[in-house]
Amino acid sequence: MSTIAPEFRLSRFIASLTDIIFWILLIFSIIGLPLVFILLFYIKLPVVNGQLLTPYLAMTWMADPSRTIPIIKSLIHTEFFRIIAFPGFGFAALLAAATIFVERKFLAKIQLRVGPLYCGKIEGILQLMADGLKLMSKEIIIPAKADKPIFWVAPLLFVGTAAALTSLIPVAPGWVAANPNVGLLTVFATIGFFPIITVLSSWSANSKWTFIGGIRALHQMISFEIPLILSLLGIVILTGTLNLTEIVESQQHYWWIVFMPIGAIVFFITIIAELERIPFDLPEAESEIVAGWLTEFSGMMYGLIQLGTYLKLYAFAGLFTVLFLGGWNGPMVWPPFPQEIITNGITIGPITAHIPGLPLFDQEMLNGTLWFVIKTVGVILVILLPRGVFPRIRIDMLLHTGWYTLIGLAFVNIFIALGLLYAGVLGHGGLMQ
Amino acid sequence: MATQLPPGIELEKVDDRIMTLNVGPQHPGSGHMRLIIKVDGDYIVSCDPDPGYVHRGEEKMAEYRNYIQNIPHLERPVIHDSCNILYPYCLAVEDLLGIEVPERAKYIRVIGSELNRCTYILYWLAIYGIFLGHSTMFMWPVGDRELFIDLLEAMSGARVTHAYFVPGGVRNDLPANFEERCLRQVDYFEKRLKEYEDIFYQNPVLKQRTEGTGILSRMDAIRLGTTGSVLRASGVDFDVRKKEPYDVYDNLDFETQVLREGDSYARSRVPYLEMFESCRIIKDALKKMPKSGSVRTKLKPNPKGGNDEVYRRVESGRGSLGYHIISNNRPEPYRVKISVGSFRNLICIPYLLKGEKLGNMPAVYWSLNYWPVEADR
Repeated sequence: MSTIAPEFRLSRFIASLTDIIFWILLIFSIIGLPLVFILLFYIKLPVVNGQLLTPYLAMTWMADPSRTIPIIKSLIHTEFFRIIAFPGFGFAALLAAATIFVERKFLAKIQLRVGPLYCGKIEGILQLMADGLKLMSKEIIIPAKADKPIFWVAPLLFVGTAAALTSLIPVAPGWVAANPNVGLLTVFATIGFFPIITVLSSWSANSKWTFIGGIRALHQMISFEIPLILSLLGIVILTGTLNLTEIVESQQHYWWIVFMPIGAIVFFITIIAELERIPFDLPEAESEIVAGWLTEFSGMMYGLIQLGTYLKLYAFAGLFTVLFLGGWNGPMVWPPFPQEIITNGITIGPITAHIPGLPLFDQEMLNGTLWFVIKTVGVILVILLPRGVFPRIRIDMLLHTGWYTLIGLAFVNIFIALGLLYAGVLGHGGLMQ
Repeated sequence: MATQLPPGIELEKVDDRIMTLNVGPQHPGSGHMRLIIKVDGDYIVSCDPDPGYVHRGEEKMAEYRNYIQNIPHLERPVIHDSCNILYPYCLAVEDLLGIEVPERAKYIRVIGSELNRCTYILYWLAIYGIFLGHSTMFMWPVGDRELFIDLLEAMSGARVTHAYFVPGGVRNDLPANFEERCLRQVDYFEKRLKEYEDIFYQNPVLKQRTEGTGILSRMDAIRLGTTGSVLRASGVDFDVRKKEPYDVYDNLDFETQVLREGDSYARSRVPYLEMFESCRIIKDALKKMPKSGSVRTKLKPNPKGGNDEVYRRVESGRGSLGYHIISNNRPEPYRVKISVGSFRNLICIPYLLKGEKLGNMPAVYWSLNYWPVEADR
C-alpha cells in the first residue's frame, strides 16, 4: 500500500476534523483569551451608548456584528493602535514592503529587465513574501569568535531604532504615534544611535570585512550627520519650533522647499548617505569588502537588518515630506462620507443594516494621509533612482563631500533663513503667521 | 615553548598597523583567484596576486590528443571568447600541416572573431560595471550580448563554446540571410553603444573614481610586458591585427584605438572604443566577402605534423594570444604552449595597487582586462 496517496476513509476524516476542532478550542481558551485580555487591559475603554465597556462587554460586542463598528472605532483611537498599526509600525512596515517591491520593478525597468514576474501570478507581487520565508527558514550562523550577546542583539536594536524613528513622523492632523515638543531634537538623537549599533555589530562579529565596513559606516554617518542637522536649522529658525506637527502646520500656504531649496538638497543628499544607498553604499560595497558590516549576518538576522533599512528609508522620506514638502497639507480631494448611510443605513435588497459609529475616520484625516503618502512615495522614488544611474563613490570623495561641500551649503542655507527672518519676509509677523 | 621551525623557513613579522586581507577566491570582487592585500588604514601597502585556482592542464591535455581532437578543449579557458582562443591554434596547425585556407573561410573567421570579441568585451564591461557598484552597467551589456550570441549561434550552432574554427577553415558555412541579419543587429548595437557613453563613461562619479588611479606609464607598460588594451591605454600603438596581419585583416578598414592617460579610466575605455572598430570590421568584411565558395579544406585522416615548430599569435579580447606548437612526426603535438594576454597583464597588479586606496582595488584590478581562468589555463 502506498503511503504517498492513502485511501480516503470517512472515519479518519471525521476523526481528523474533531481533532482540529479540539485543538482550536484548547489553544483559544488557553492562549487566545488571555491575549485578548492583555490587549484590552492596555486600551482605555471608552463609554459607548452610555455604557462603560468592560472586557466582557467588549467581547460580547465583538460577537455581535451590528455592534462591532463602535468597538473597532474605540480601538482605532487608542495609543496602542497608533503605535502598532496606523501611523506607527504597521503602516511603516507596509510602506517599506511596498518600497522593496517598487524598487525591484523600477530598477528592472531602468535596466531593461522585467524584475520579479512569477511569484504570485501578478507581476511577482508575492516575491517579497517568498524571500521572507526563505530568510526565516535559513539557519542562523554565529561566528565562533563572535561576541555573542551583542551580535545577537544588534539586528533587534537596529529594527527597534528604525521603528522609533518612524513613530515620530506625523502622518495626518493629530495622527502621530509620539508627538514630543522637541520632535526634531528626538529625530537627531535617534539618528545618533545608528553608528553605535553599526559599530557594535561590526566589532562583535570579529571579522576583518565587518570591521572595515563598520569603520566606513562610522566615518560616513558621523560626517553626514553634521550637515543633516545644519540643513534643518533654517526651518527651526523660521518656524520657531521643534515640534514636527507645528512645522507641518506652518506650511499651510507655502512649502519650505520654496524658500530653502539649498537646505532641501543638502538634506536629501545626507539622507541618501545615512541610508547607505548607492552612490553612498560604501559600508556594504560588495566588490571591495564582501558585504561590509552585514557580512556575518545570516538568515532572519539579515532579514531584520533589511527591514530596519527600509523602515529607515520610509522614516527619512517621511521626514523630508514633513519638513520641506508640507506634510499632509494639500487640496481637499477626498469625498465626504455619505450622510445617507449614517441616517438611513445601508440597504442591500430586502435587508437594511443600521450601523452606528460610522464613519471610522474623518475626512480630513483621510485626505491628509492621501497627500502624505503621495508625497512620501514620490520622495522614495527619487531616493531609489540613483541606484540605477550612479556607481559607488570612494571614501575620500565621500568625506570631502560631507565636510566641505555639504557643510558649506548648509551654512549658506542658514544665512538665507536668517536673511528672510530679519527682512521680515517670513517668520513671526511676516508672510507666514 | 616555541616550536622549532625547519631551517630556511621564517615566520612573517606582524605589524600592528598592517592588516592582511585575503581577497578571494570566495570574495565577490576577485574572480577565480586570490589577491593577498596588506592595508595600512585605507591604503594598500602591498598586493600579492595568487592565481592557479582553476588550473586545468590544458597544455598537457593537448599532448595526448591529435590535432582535431584538441579543438573543443582548448577553448575552455575563455568560453566567451572561444573563437579568438582557437584562432592562433588553427593558424599554427595550418602552418604546420601546410594547408591553404579558402578565401571565404578567412572572411568568416574574421567575422566570427570580431563578433566574439564584442561578446567578450561586453561581458568584461558588465563585470567592470558591477565592480564599481553600477548595476545598470551590469544589465545592459549582458542584455546586448545576446545580439552577438544569437549571431554566433546561427553561425556555429552553439551559444557559448562554438568550436567553430578548425584547421583548414571553419566547420560549416554561414546560414542563409546571415549577412542581412548581421548588418541589422550590428547597426542596432552601435546605437546602443552610444547610450553606454551617456550612462557610464561620461558619468561624473565614475570619472572621479577612475581618472588618475592606477597609472601605468608608457615605459612601465612596455617593460612589464603588458599587452592588449592595457598597453594601448598607456599610449603604445600595438595591435597584432595591424602589426602582423593574419588572414584578411590587411584588406579591412579599421584603426587601432590608443589613449595616452594610462589610468583605469583609459584602460576601461579602450575596449569600449574597440567595439566600434569591431563593428566596422564586421561590416567591411561582410561587404568584401566572396558570396560563395568552399569554407573548409579537408584534412587527411589523422594528419601528422613534421619535425617542426611553429608560433602564431592573434589579437584576442585580452591582448595578444599565441600558440607555440612543437611536433615530432606524430599525430599528436609534442608540446603546446599557450601564451595568454591575461597572464601577462597579471604582473602589473602589485605595481598598480601599491599605494592605492582599498576602494580603488576593484576599479584597478578589473581594468587590467584580466581573465583568471585563461591565465591559469
